[in-house]
Amino acid sequence: MTAEPTTPEHPAKPARRFALLSNRAGAVFLTPAGLLVALFVIIPFFWVIFVSFTNRTLLGRTALNPEFVGLANYFALFDPSNFFQRGQFGFSLILTTQFVLASALIGQALLGLLLAWLIQTVPPWIKRLTETFVIAAWILPEVVIGFAWFAFLDRDQGTLNAILGSVGLPKGDFLLQQPFWVIVVFNTWRGAAFSMMLFNSAFSSIPPSYFQAADVAGASSWQKFKDIALPLIRGHVVTDLILITMWTFNTFTPFLLTNGGPSYRTELLSIYNYRVAFRDFEFGKGAAVGVIIMLINLAFALIYLAIGRKKRV
Amino acid sequence: MSNRLRALAFGLVGATAMAGPAFAVDLEITCRCVIGGVNSATAEWIQNSVIPAFEAANPDTKVTLNQFGGEDAQLTQQLALDFSTGAGPDVTAFDGFLIPSFVEGGLLKPLNEVAGPEVDDWSGWAALSEGSRALMIYEDQYYGIPLGTDVRMLYTRKDMLTEAGIDAETWQPTSWADILDAARAIKKVKPDSFPIQLNAGVAMGEATTMQGYWLALLGTGETVLDENGKWIVGSQGILDTLNLYKTIYVDEQLGDARAQLLADGRNRSFANFRDGVTALLFEGDYFYRSVTPEGSEFAVPDRDKVMGWVKIPAEEPGKGIRGQDFVTISGGTGFVLNPATDTPKEAWALLSFMNEPARLEAFQAIQPRITARTDVAIPNSPFLTESSQELLPITTARPNDPDYNAVSAEIQRMTESVVSGELSPEDAMAQYRDAVIRIVGEDNTVSLL
Repeated sequence: MTAEPTTPEHPAKPARRFALLSNRAGAVFLTPAGLLVALFVIIPFFWVIFVSFTNRTLLGRTALNPEFVGLANYFALFDPSNFFQRGQFGFSLILTTQFVLASALIGQALLGLLLAWLIQTVPPWIKRLTETFVIAAWILPEVVIGFAWFAFLDRDQGTLNAILGSVGLPKGDFLLQQPFWVIVVFNTWRGAAFSMMLFNSAFSSIPPSYFQAADVAGASSWQKFKDIALPLIRGHVVTDLILITMWTFNTFTPFLLTNGGPSYRTELLSIYNYRVAFRDFEFGKGAAVGVIIMLINLAFALIYLAIGRKKRV
Repeated sequence: MSNRLRALAFGLVGATAMAGPAFAVDLEITCRCVIGGVNSATAEWIQNSVIPAFEAANPDTKVTLNQFGGEDAQLTQQLALDFSTGAGPDVTAFDGFLIPSFVEGGLLKPLNEVAGPEVDDWSGWAALSEGSRALMIYEDQYYGIPLGTDVRMLYTRKDMLTEAGIDAETWQPTSWADILDAARAIKKVKPDSFPIQLNAGVAMGEATTMQGYWLALLGTGETVLDENGKWIVGSQGILDTLNLYKTIYVDEQLGDARAQLLADGRNRSFANFRDGVTALLFEGDYFYRSVTPEGSEFAVPDRDKVMGWVKIPAEEPGKGIRGQDFVTISGGTGFVLNPATDTPKEAWALLSFMNEPARLEAFQAIQPRITARTDVAIPNSPFLTESSQELLPITTARPNDPDYNAVSAEIQRMTESVVSGELSPEDAMAQYRDAVIRIVGEDNTVSLL
C-alpha cells in the first residue's frame, strides 16, 4: 500500500516521466534544426514544385522571363509518342525499374542474404575477412571506386580483359556493349555489404538452440534456412528490401562509370534528371522530373513507415 | 576571460585575418587550359607572361589563374551555374557561340555596362578586324574581347595515303565520293585502320557540331537556318549528312564508331591520327597549332613530313553553301568579364591589358595563331598563312542565336543515334524535328522536304 505512490501509473504513461527537458526548452533546442529543415528541405520542396509548372531555363530567353506553362512539362514527360525512346523520361523510368529489380532485389538482397547465411558456419577468421572485403566495397569513396571500375573494365588496358586474355578467352568491350549489365554488377558489388550486415545480425539474433534441434532432427542446410531462419528474419528482409530499393532508385554513382551512355543506355532516372536540369539547363522540365522522383520516394517511404508501424504492434 | 570566450575571440581574429585581403585587389582568371595539358600554350601565356607583367604594372593587384582541365561543356556548365549565383572568376575564356544564350539568360552583361565608359575608349577596338569583333558581339554590344578565330580543314596522313596508292602531295578531294574512295583504298591495304574521322555523338559536345555536322551540311548547300532565320528541321541536306555518317560509321566502318560514343572519344580520335589509325581527320587549325606540336600528348612523329591538309569539298563540286566547291566554318574564342565581379575596373584593366599588342605578341611567340588584331602579325608559320589565306575567304559562322546552343545539343544527339546504329537517318531526323520544335516553337521551324 505505501509503495503505491512511488509506482503510480507505471505501465500506462511512461513517456511523460522521462522528459529530459521542459516543453519550452525542448522547443527552443529544436528551433535551429527546424529552421534548417525548413530552409533546406521544405522551401526547396515547394520551390521545385513551383518551378516544374514553368518553362524556366538557365540559358536563353526563358531564363529571365519564364512563363507559367501549367502541366506542360508533365505532359511532355509522359508524351506517348516518344515515351519509350532512348534519352526520354519513359525510357529512363523503365530502365531504372529494371535496374532496381536486377541490382537491388536480385543482386544486393539475394547476394547479401547468401553471404550472410554462408558466413554463419565458417571459421571466425574467414567470416571477418569476408566482412572486411564486402564492407570495403561499401565504404570506399564513390569517385575512387568509379575510377577503379573504369580501369578494371576498359577494353584496351583494363584488368578484366588482361585476365580474360591470359586464360585465352575473348576480350570484351563491356562499357560499350553491355553497359546495363556493367552497372547492375557494379551496384550489386557496391551495395551487397549493407544487406549482408543486416542479415548477418538478424541471423545472429536467432537462438542457436533452434538450429541445434534441427541438426538433431537431421535437417539439411536448405531446410534450416527455409523453415527456421527465413521466417524469423522476415521483418529484416522487408526493411532491407525497401531501403535498398529506395537507395538504388536514387543512386547516381553509375554516372561515374558510363556518363549515362552510350546512347542513353544507362541513363537512370537520377542521371536523366541531372542531364535535363544541369547539362541541358531546362530547369522547368528538370523540376518536373524531380517532383515525380519525390513522389515515388514518398510512396516508398510510406510503405516503409507502414510496415515499421505494423511490426511494432 | 573564460576559455570559451577566449576561443571565440581567437576564432574571430582568425576569421578576420583570413577574410582580409593580402592585396588590395584579387583577380581570378579562368580558362580551359592546363600547363602541360590541354591548351597548354594559353595557360603558359597567362601564367608566365600576362600575370607577371600585369602585376608589375599594378602592384596592389594579385591575379590567380584557374587552370580548368575538364571538357568544354563542363566549363560552360560551371560558368553558367557560377554566373547565375554571382560567383565565378572575374575574367574567363569564353567560346563566342555561347554569348547569345548567356546574354538572353541574363548571365552576361555588355562590357561597358560592367566596367564603365573606359571600355568604349579602349584603343584596341579599332585594331580588331570586323569579322573577329563579331565573334563577341550580340545585338550591337560587346561582351568580350576576341582572341582569335579559326578555320576547319581536312587533315591527312600522307604516309597512309601513299601506302594506298594515292599521290599524297597533290590529293585534293572535290566531292564526298573522293574522300570515301580514298578511305576505302586505305581500309583495303590496312583493314584494322579507321581512315575517316568526322566527329559525331553527344560526348564530344560542340566539337561534334562544329567539326562534323556543319562540315558536311555546308557541303550540301544548307545551314541549320534558312534565309528567313527559321530552323530547318527536315531537308535533303540533313538526310545526306546523316547518310554520310551512316556510310562512314555503320555501313562500311571507315571510321571508329567507338570513339564517337566513349566519354573520352575526342582524345581517342586524336590518338588514332597520331598512331596512324586515322588518315583523314576533320578538325580546326588548332589541331595543328595546339594538339599535335612536338612534346604534346598527341604529337605526330615527324609531323612536317607526315601531316598535310586539304580543303573540305562540298558533296559535289559547286553544291556547297553559296555555290562553293569547298566549305569551312569559323568560330572564335575570347575572354569575357563576369558581370558579378567585385572589381569591375580592375577586371577590365586585366582584360584589356592582355589584349594589347605587346602581350599578344608574347603569345604568338609561344604559339602562333590567327589573331583577332590586325596590328599583331601572324608569325612565320607557313601552315597558318596558307590555311588562313585559302580558307578565311570562304568561311561561314554559326548563327548568333540564343537557341543555337540547345539546338546544337540536339544535333549531337541526332548524329549519335545514327552512328550507334540505333536509328535510321530518317528516324533520327524526325526525332531532331520534334526536339527542335520543343526548343524554338513550331513557328520558327521549317521543313524543306
